[in-house]
Amino acid sequence: MRSTFAIAGKELRILFTSPMAYVVTSVFILITGYLYYNIVIFASTQSMQIMRVQGALPQINLNDLVFRPTFHNMAVILMLTVPLLTMRLLAEEKKIKTIELLMTSPVSIFAIMMGKFLAAMTVFTLMLVLTGYMPLLMWYYGSIQWMTILTGYLGIWLLGGVFIAVGLTASSLTENQIIASFLGFGAVLILWLIGWLAQGMADSPLGPFLTYLSIGEHTENFIKGMIDTQDLVYQASLIVLGLFITHRVLESQRWK
Amino acid sequence: MIQVQNLTKRYGDFTAIEDVSFQVQKGEILAFLGPNGAGKTTTMRILTCFMPATSGSATVAGYDIFEQSHEVKKRIGYLPESPPLYTEMTVAEYLIFVSKIKGIERKDRTGALTRVLERCALTDVRRRLIGNLSRGYRQRVGLAQALIHNPEVLILDEPTTGLDPKQIIEMRQVIKELAGQHTVILSTHILPEATAVCQRVIIIHQGRIVAVDTPDRLSAQLRQSEKIRLTLKTPSPGTAEALKTVGGVISIFHEPSDDGQVFIVECALGRDIRTELASQAVQRGWGLVELTAVKLSLEDVFLELTQEEAKEETVKGSTV
Repeated sequence: MRSTFAIAGKELRILFTSPMAYVVTSVFILITGYLYYNIVIFASTQSMQIMRVQGALPQINLNDLVFRPTFHNMAVILMLTVPLLTMRLLAEEKKIKTIELLMTSPVSIFAIMMGKFLAAMTVFTLMLVLTGYMPLLMWYYGSIQWMTILTGYLGIWLLGGVFIAVGLTASSLTENQIIASFLGFGAVLILWLIGWLAQGMADSPLGPFLTYLSIGEHTENFIKGMIDTQDLVYQASLIVLGLFITHRVLESQRWK
Repeated sequence: MIQVQNLTKRYGDFTAIEDVSFQVQKGEILAFLGPNGAGKTTTMRILTCFMPATSGSATVAGYDIFEQSHEVKKRIGYLPESPPLYTEMTVAEYLIFVSKIKGIERKDRTGALTRVLERCALTDVRRRLIGNLSRGYRQRVGLAQALIHNPEVLILDEPTTGLDPKQIIEMRQVIKELAGQHTVILSTHILPEATAVCQRVIIIHQGRIVAVDTPDRLSAQLRQSEKIRLTLKTPSPGTAEALKTVGGVISIFHEPSDDGQVFIVECALGRDIRTELASQAVQRGWGLVELTAVKLSLEDVFLELTQEEAKEETVKGSTV
């Protein structure tokens, strides 16, 4: 446990000494912010129109009008940014041979892997916290349901956890950071796109199965404000699966 | 302290090391000597539990490297060929990180840090980023990393590569000082290094141990005769003949040099005829300038052994 924190601490220190964490975080904040602004403008013109037609202040649901699309946008942007955050985690250790230090120290592979995962989760959580200005603004100028927003955040947080676990696996497979990031991106995109395939095959018996496999489907419920055990189990098992594969890969690389 | 038995490592069809067995006593400095690709790094990586062997067994400080690797790792300090450094960290940050993963208690960490900074002469650069340090300093940080938990066994893979001559001497000095308290295995392909630093040398070639002994005895073993180098300022034409009459002399070889004539006198193994030669030279007025016993350097031993192996191979190959 102590060595897990030591490795996580080292990882965070490197992420924040190099421009990596800052660049990824600021680009994420910038793009989500830009899209959020557009959504808010759209929502306000829409309500203006409704007001003109009805002649009275409409009952608009900011959660539906603003936050559902915002969370969707976040999910898509995370697909692109999380692999950049995770690509160096193991690939670089192998490239610069520091993996020899870790593997010959009295720490388990599990501790190494968890340290890396925790570090990436910390940066990612920070990224999400920084988007907190969005609901705060809406809460100040309008009215929102906090519980729905927080559930949405939980969904996005778990989604990011899955992306990180997948990215970590990609990083364990290669020494090359670019390959690691692209592998991670590809894997995450496929998880997302399974949903499209499911829509096309809705009539066949495979349809519901594919729908269950699609990550978008499980995130959607959280964004709607619903916490379903099925979704929690899905996200958690994907994280565990990603970590398990990473552990196996690291273990097997010793035998090569 | 270290016992290695019949260690073999294969990568597919390629055999990196085969049937390697040796022992290292507590406090000893042992050198692995061999050309590049001989299997030195592979052996070290197996001993440090970085990778498992295909077959064979080994114990370090009484713990089996396969069964009790956690215990072994606690007792080993390892400096790989390229020092495992995080260039984005400062020297002190890095060493504190290493002390954490080596399992040093929080209260002992600063003590361990100060001790190791001092020992490797790094105190002045402790706050600098490793990425900005020169090659020599980086190597020393690498050594500090291996030393920080005061391990019983130190494994250093080519600790002096890439250093300038002054740094090489400093590094050797540090390693020499480690003897006694630590058991050290180091690898090198630079022969004088093994002679300068180590008590015992293992010559490894194509994955097999070809010789194990002290540097002195290794060269003695391979000598078939004693050779004495004699430089004379004013030899007479009959000098060579006269030298042959000295007891035990087998052959004489001579060539001119700046100081006069150089005679290489070869005599039977185990005989020391230096005093006789000296008195002859003085009596006959040959103008003795220099008289030394020619020792076979480790370099010669090394070449001899590795070439012998190659010769055997070709002989085997031709008979099959």
